[in-house]
Amino acid sequence: MSTHHISVTINGTSYEEDVDSRTLLVHWIRDTLRLTGTHIGCDTTSCGACTILVDGKATKSCSMFAVQADGRQLMTVEGLEQNDTLHPLQEGFHEEHALQCGYCTPGMMMTSLALLQRNPNPTEHEIRVGISGNLCRCTGYVNIVKAVQYAAQKMQATEEIPVSAGQGGE
Amino acid sequence: MIPGSFDYLAAHSVNEAVALLDQHGEDAKVLAGGQSLIPLLRFRLAGPSILIDINRIDGLEYLRETNGTLRIGALTRESELDNSSLIRERYPILFETSAVVADPVVRNWATVGGNIAHADPANDHPATMIAMGARVVAVGPAGERIIPIEEFFTDAPFETALRPNELLTEIRVPAPVHGSGGAYVKLERKVGDYAIAGVAAYITLDANGNVNYAGIGLTNVGQTPIKARNAEQALLGKPLNDASIHQAADLAAASSQPISDTRGPAEYKRDMVHTLTVRVLRKALARATGGE
Repeated sequence: MSTHHISVTINGTSYEEDVDSRTLLVHWIRDTLRLTGTHIGCDTTSCGACTILVDGKATKSCSMFAVQADGRQLMTVEGLEQNDTLHPLQEGFHEEHALQCGYCTPGMMMTSLALLQRNPNPTEHEIRVGISGNLCRCTGYVNIVKAVQYAAQKMQATEEIPVSAGQGGE
Repeated sequence: MIPGSFDYLAAHSVNEAVALLDQHGEDAKVLAGGQSLIPLLRFRLAGPSILIDINRIDGLEYLRETNGTLRIGALTRESELDNSSLIRERYPILFETSAVVADPVVRNWATVGGNIAHADPANDHPATMIAMGARVVAVGPAGERIIPIEEFFTDAPFETALRPNELLTEIRVPAPVHGSGGAYVKLERKVGDYAIAGVAAYITLDANGNVNYAGIGLTNVGQTPIKARNAEQALLGKPLNDASIHQAADLAAASSQPISDTRGPAEYKRDMVHTLTVRVLRKALARATGGE
């Protein structure tokens, strides 16, 4: 057993902690930092419920140790909402009814965020492939795909607003 | 599921990793992408006392084609193959292989080196590397040695020719030449699952249209990745046509050793090896002759 002092930025906030070698990133985020938006599903890389961004890459946080995150920038589902405004992905999941039980939703949104950052205007096929590592057992993906398309449109529309126009919104 | 206790050491260079491996030997395990190892630790199917993390080593993630050889750095993530135009255009067989490794989120961390060094008969790269006649670079305290892929996998599952103090640093694949082509097809129940069966084939045709290189590798139909030697031999020196393709498929199926499990009965899997061998050889032929 060994402990390690790590320094990690999550959703813009710096955290410094001592962690055991064997502490999994998802357990540290949930149990120590109490950021419980990130869910644990299968625990073994299959379901994607625990997906977060690590240095911008979608990552199953059940399959990385906390010590491996030292010095890295993380984003969890709690980082999506800004200034009491839902992120376009959150809005899309709401508007398109892309969840029933909601268990897979945080992971779905984080995987989709990484997808849209890399490919702002994905085809339906690209979305389906992109989220193929995230399992939903309720909705059957149709509305999830629509929600990602909703977010893609909104994010592109928002980007087209000149910076000087400020936060135009709806 | 929490892994058992272990010490975690991060290596920052190949030399440092090799020194740590040399010091700790069999007690240590290398942590690359971790997408197989960490679940194994969580199930407590593996219990090393030391993990040597190589993710902090710079310069082990690359795809470089020089002097007729593609060099793949051991830490190259599967997602880099997904997104590489070099791989997409010049190595469709590798593109097809990485595209079916687990799922896109796992592929962000999963490494090509790990897929091979883990020596899981269900992993996808071993069959492809066998078909292509790849070589593996292993670095130990005495320097590096080059291991042909068919000698890298031993007769025991999850075992390789790597010594306890050696690190896999690079995979070398022959670059395509005129008349060469290959393909990988994996039959899977759903995205992210291991193969029911998978077959990789790579061929080269000479100026007369006769096969002068044939490599065939099989996924998840035996205790180890399988090189279908009899099928390869049968193809040599002849044109690749329906008759020779079916003969090779018979021989490839005969060299598979599947077991009955949740993915299907053994006879079904053997039949699928036959079917997939026919498909990959036809695809390889189309690519070798500029048809695709």
